[in-house]
Amino acid sequence: MALDLHPARDGAPPTAKPPSPKGRGARRRLARLDLKAAPYLFISPFYLVFLIFGGFPLVYTLWVSLHTWGLSSGERTFTGWDNYSYLLGDGEFWHAVVNTIGIFAVSTVPQLLLALMVAGALDRKMRGATLMRIGMVAPLITSTAAVAIVFTQLFDKDFGFVNWAIGGLGFDHIAWQESRGWSWVAISTMVDWRWTGYNALIYLAAMQAIPRDLYEAAAIDGASRLRQFWQITVPLLRPTIIFTIIVSTIGGLQLFTEPVLFGSGSANRMDGGALHQFQTITMYMYDNAFTDDRYGYGAAVAWALFLLIIVFSLVNFAFVRRTGGTK
Amino acid sequence: MTLVMRGRAGGRSRGARRGLRDATPLTYLTLIVAVILSIFPIYWMLVVATRTNDVVSSVPPPILPGGHLGENVQRLFDNEDAYFAKGLLNSFIVAGSVTVSTVFFASLAGFAFAKLRFRGRNALLLTVIATMMIPVQMGIIPLYMIMVKLGWQNHLQAVIVPFLVTGFGVFMMRQYASQAVPDELIEAARVDGCTTFGVFWRVVLPALRPAMGVLGLFTFMQTWNEFMWPLAVLNPENPTVQLSINNLATGHFNDYTLMFAGTTVAVLPLLVVFVIFGRQIIGGIMEGAVKA
Repeated sequence: MALDLHPARDGAPPTAKPPSPKGRGARRRLARLDLKAAPYLFISPFYLVFLIFGGFPLVYTLWVSLHTWGLSSGERTFTGWDNYSYLLGDGEFWHAVVNTIGIFAVSTVPQLLLALMVAGALDRKMRGATLMRIGMVAPLITSTAAVAIVFTQLFDKDFGFVNWAIGGLGFDHIAWQESRGWSWVAISTMVDWRWTGYNALIYLAAMQAIPRDLYEAAAIDGASRLRQFWQITVPLLRPTIIFTIIVSTIGGLQLFTEPVLFGSGSANRMDGGALHQFQTITMYMYDNAFTDDRYGYGAAVAWALFLLIIVFSLVNFAFVRRTGGTK
Repeated sequence: MTLVMRGRAGGRSRGARRGLRDATPLTYLTLIVAVILSIFPIYWMLVVATRTNDVVSSVPPPILPGGHLGENVQRLFDNEDAYFAKGLLNSFIVAGSVTVSTVFFASLAGFAFAKLRFRGRNALLLTVIATMMIPVQMGIIPLYMIMVKLGWQNHLQAVIVPFLVTGFGVFMMRQYASQAVPDELIEAARVDGCTTFGVFWRVVLPALRPAMGVLGLFTFMQTWNEFMWPLAVLNPENPTVQLSINNLATGHFNDYTLMFAGTTVAVLPLLVVFVIFGRQIIGGIMEGAVKA
């Protein structure tokens, strides 16, 4: 799904205006003013809101990050790049980076593969297609916080449904919260539960645009279904896949709600567990700024996160382009 | 947050769908498993919300809903930490105003970008798209400082005003308007003496209705679910409903039936929206309306 930036048609090409007889009065001038000013007037609310609450904060974050800045303490000292040099050597920050990327990897890869599989299954003649689709996106309409609470209970070590089921299969119970790896899996499950069906529908929409004769031709040439899927469907879906990966990257690297609520039992929930085993970068930023009154350092973390998102989006983009091959 | 809205004719004609394969039993099995997995946590939420605490932690866990929903909901609204009724009301106010405002202003700007000629139009449209790429979290610290300056922290306007219109909405309405509103219609209205706003109000707005519906649904759902920014800027005594259930999760993390009654009530308005507009939501996603 590429951004569709084709300019809209502007109607008929402009025709020469008849010379306007003078003195038709204010009415005509008003009409001309309306034509000239109305478009700017119409788009101005967006720019007003964006500049004050979106654009300005973005730039100002950089300014704040160059200070030691506390709101409760009232301290505000310019420290230049100190926050950034501290950040580079800050073990807790890098720990959070590893957590965030780990959870991102554990969630995104299976999520998109599953979504492809489900989309392939949905792209067939069947009964109850609409019902299936509705069932698939039901998770999307639940609220993230509510879901995180439900899953945290499901993953409870002693009384959780998941451990009960695992026990039933004859395995030992898993301490989902305490282990770094398992906590990532639990949080990834929440993320995937919410977004897999949604991505499947996006893939399905793209699949429906693929002309069927391509498959017929491939079938005549003796290509198996699986081969058709990998050699026709997937390459043609590449723009869509790139798109979903970038959206997942932006969302995944900012992960916040799920891990915060997953740590509901601990003293400071922004820690992401006693050993910070599932503290994400956004939690670390929030904790520094809003809990510890270190707004300057929090702002530096925010910029680091922004850079990370850009780098990751580019890397993923390049990776998918490469593996997809260019034919 | 990104969006693409393609024309309805975008290569999806019936003819192209002729050769669709039949579903095999394996297809059905895959999909039914997927649907069950999708529904189960929601179902489990209802089961727990209708039970008592000692039953929930029993082995094996209960599978069917019980009869204690009323009692749990009562405890929920009586709970002193959650401010649940207030949170619910606040959420309706916040999500409602953000939705109405976003749909209106996004339609207005979208119409301008799609159908009006003005200097710098394409460059300005690119800036709209660029704003969609900026993660909200990025500006949260200065945003909070602005709210402190304005004296808006702990007030609802802090979670309403910054979201009155989004680049996502503008771009979505622009994409839809450019293919759904015929230029002839606009010309005709102008000839009849409509001002530009008159054209928008009488001709364009009615034609945009389907896209307005989809944008409204998504905006409402997203605003209803917002968590991080309200957590930062509102206090627990004046919460949105998400903060209410968060208060419950912090203070009563062992009282599952209470918490789950809270999540059930918090999700309920969205479930209602979904039951009524499920098809439109799916249509919106498949047309390429995308939220992240």
